[in-house]
Amino acid sequence: MAIELKVKTMAEYLASGETPEVLFWVGCAGSFDDRAKKITKAIVKILNHVGIKFAVLGTEEACTGDPAKRAGNEFLFQMQAMNNITVLNGYNVKKIVTGCPHCFNTLKNEYPQLGGNYEVIHHTQLVQQLIESGKLKVEGGSFKGKKITFHDPCYLGRGNDVYEAPREVIQKLDIELAEMKRSRSKGFCCGAGGAQMFKEAEKGNKEVNIERTEEALALNPEVIATGCPFCMTMMTDGVKHFNKEQQTKVLDVAELVAQNINE
Amino acid sequence: MGIANIIFILLLGGATAWFTINFKKVIRNIRLGRDADFSDNKSQRWLTMTRVALGQSKMLTRPTPAILHIFVYVGFVLINIEVLEMLVDGALGTHRSLSFMGDFYNFLISFFEVLAFLVTFGCAVFLIRRNVLHIKRFTDKELDGWPRSDANIILTSEILLMSALFLMNAADQVLQSRGYGHYIQAGSFPISHYITPMLSGISDDGLVMIERVCWWFHIIGILGFLNYLPYSKHFHILLAFPNTYFSNLKPKGQFTNPESVTNEVKAMLDTTFTPPPADPNKPMRFGAKDVYDLTWKQLLDAYSCTECGRCTSSCPANQTGKLLSPRKIMMDTRDRLEEVGKNIDTNGEFRDDGKGLGNYISNEELWACTSCSACVQECPVNIDPLSIIIDMRRYLVMEQSAAPQELNLMLTNIENNGAPWQFSPADRLNWAKEN
Repeated sequence: MAIELKVKTMAEYLASGETPEVLFWVGCAGSFDDRAKKITKAIVKILNHVGIKFAVLGTEEACTGDPAKRAGNEFLFQMQAMNNITVLNGYNVKKIVTGCPHCFNTLKNEYPQLGGNYEVIHHTQLVQQLIESGKLKVEGGSFKGKKITFHDPCYLGRGNDVYEAPREVIQKLDIELAEMKRSRSKGFCCGAGGAQMFKEAEKGNKEVNIERTEEALALNPEVIATGCPFCMTMMTDGVKHFNKEQQTKVLDVAELVAQNINE
Repeated sequence: MGIANIIFILLLGGATAWFTINFKKVIRNIRLGRDADFSDNKSQRWLTMTRVALGQSKMLTRPTPAILHIFVYVGFVLINIEVLEMLVDGALGTHRSLSFMGDFYNFLISFFEVLAFLVTFGCAVFLIRRNVLHIKRFTDKELDGWPRSDANIILTSEILLMSALFLMNAADQVLQSRGYGHYIQAGSFPISHYITPMLSGISDDGLVMIERVCWWFHIIGILGFLNYLPYSKHFHILLAFPNTYFSNLKPKGQFTNPESVTNEVKAMLDTTFTPPPADPNKPMRFGAKDVYDLTWKQLLDAYSCTECGRCTSSCPANQTGKLLSPRKIMMDTRDRLEEVGKNIDTNGEFRDDGKGLGNYISNEELWACTSCSACVQECPVNIDPLSIIIDMRRYLVMEQSAAPQELNLMLTNIENNGAPWQFSPADRLNWAKEN
């Protein structure tokens, strides 16, 4: 499916003398990971649909430093942070939306002490606000009546107490929201946080994502919804592990919405 | 004043002094940690303490132990009013000195008896949960040895203390009914009156003996218990309060930005920046090698931990068989801190013993953490094991260069390409052109 994307960079806005309402922080996964790029495009589709003037940093964006910080390399984190803050402040950025809970957490909570103060929201919060204010109308469409379960990303949920925004968005799709026993503040990690995404797990008797996917699949959902590119990778691998990719799709909340926007 | 009163006052004084000495040692140990400022948001801090420590709000996520714990907790706190009477009686040689309150006294005593029964019941069920039912968080190997005995000693002593209270009251009742000596009619005994029939055949002197022995057992037991606290995980009954007051009020996802690093990075990026002079008394260190490198709050956390294992039972790494246990992180931190404290007691000051937290906590444990905050969320007294894990990772990575090889690759990628994967920064916007 070819989607016509309208994407402008901060530099382009600056050149045209205009100011965007919001900066869309794409993140490394959203920029480079083939699966996560689809989430990025879904977010852009929503932003285009409601006509929000947004910009991306494009080649001027660099890793927030989250994985470096969680791995213990505070030097590298702060180097990344200060360089990014220089770029963001240079463009006088006020508001940021991002599709990655790790970028969200770092930009929102860890940049202020280093001189970067922005209003940062996660894309599920933005979508929820757009629906609330009537700017965005979504309906079930292809998902109507289907069973969906939501996996809470740690850095969105426990990390920042955002539990309801993604759920409210999913509920708008006219579907059946099935909760796993371990959800919200008791949510179970996908296994990728804390820089685990980039290394083999330590020795154990099971992979964390297998345990989590098993729990989700026990509900027999048609969709496992996520709000994080790392969770996406881990849950997708989990579903493949159980050979359930025919029955159960893993989709980001943004993709659920983008596929069912009222044109 | 009789010889008994003098002995009592000496005991009381000795117990208080001994407790004070040990308590001060704990405070000294906690102060070995780095400074951290928790002077903000006073009202929110009081509220958190009231809700979490006094109101047990986080216990309630697991209802069965929560109810039993509330029995033991409320009983423990309120029965101390009766201990107040015992202290007065012990010092002045009076008997049931608060009985002048009449009906209210009867109510109090009966209320305490019911509480004491609930405490006994709670402790008995806890003993069964720990030793008979195979609940994973109580069978984990990190509890082998002292931690398991510690828990059983506490529960058993509480049951013994409460039993002494019942037996004392029962003997008192029989003496009251016989109008013997100073045993005036006072108190109401909804529980211990079930014991009185068993004592009816005993002589007056025998009953006085039972009543006195139980009285002394109870009060000496309480003084002993007080002095047991600083050696035990049961210390949480005191430290839960300051520990929740000094809770981290920031989002759980927010980690600290150590200033030592910020100064270094600023100096690297900006040649005109001069970092403030370092404190000559504190070693310059990145991350935590030893207890000195943790903050006093992290050390207070270690003393506040009651080893309940809720953190570990919710830890995804632990639940999938990895070596990490947040509870063990806290127990190890306390063990190392105690070791450093003993070192100071022996030598007058800390003498390098060539050890650190790394002698207790292995790298494998540290690298198994997904930083998901489940342990932080679960802790009923707001302990933050995750912050210790991250501080120890910082030491490993920034001072020891001991990250796992795959992470080194990721870190190099960020450094060179601005992304954890090996992609060119020039390709960052390719997604917008792809279909």
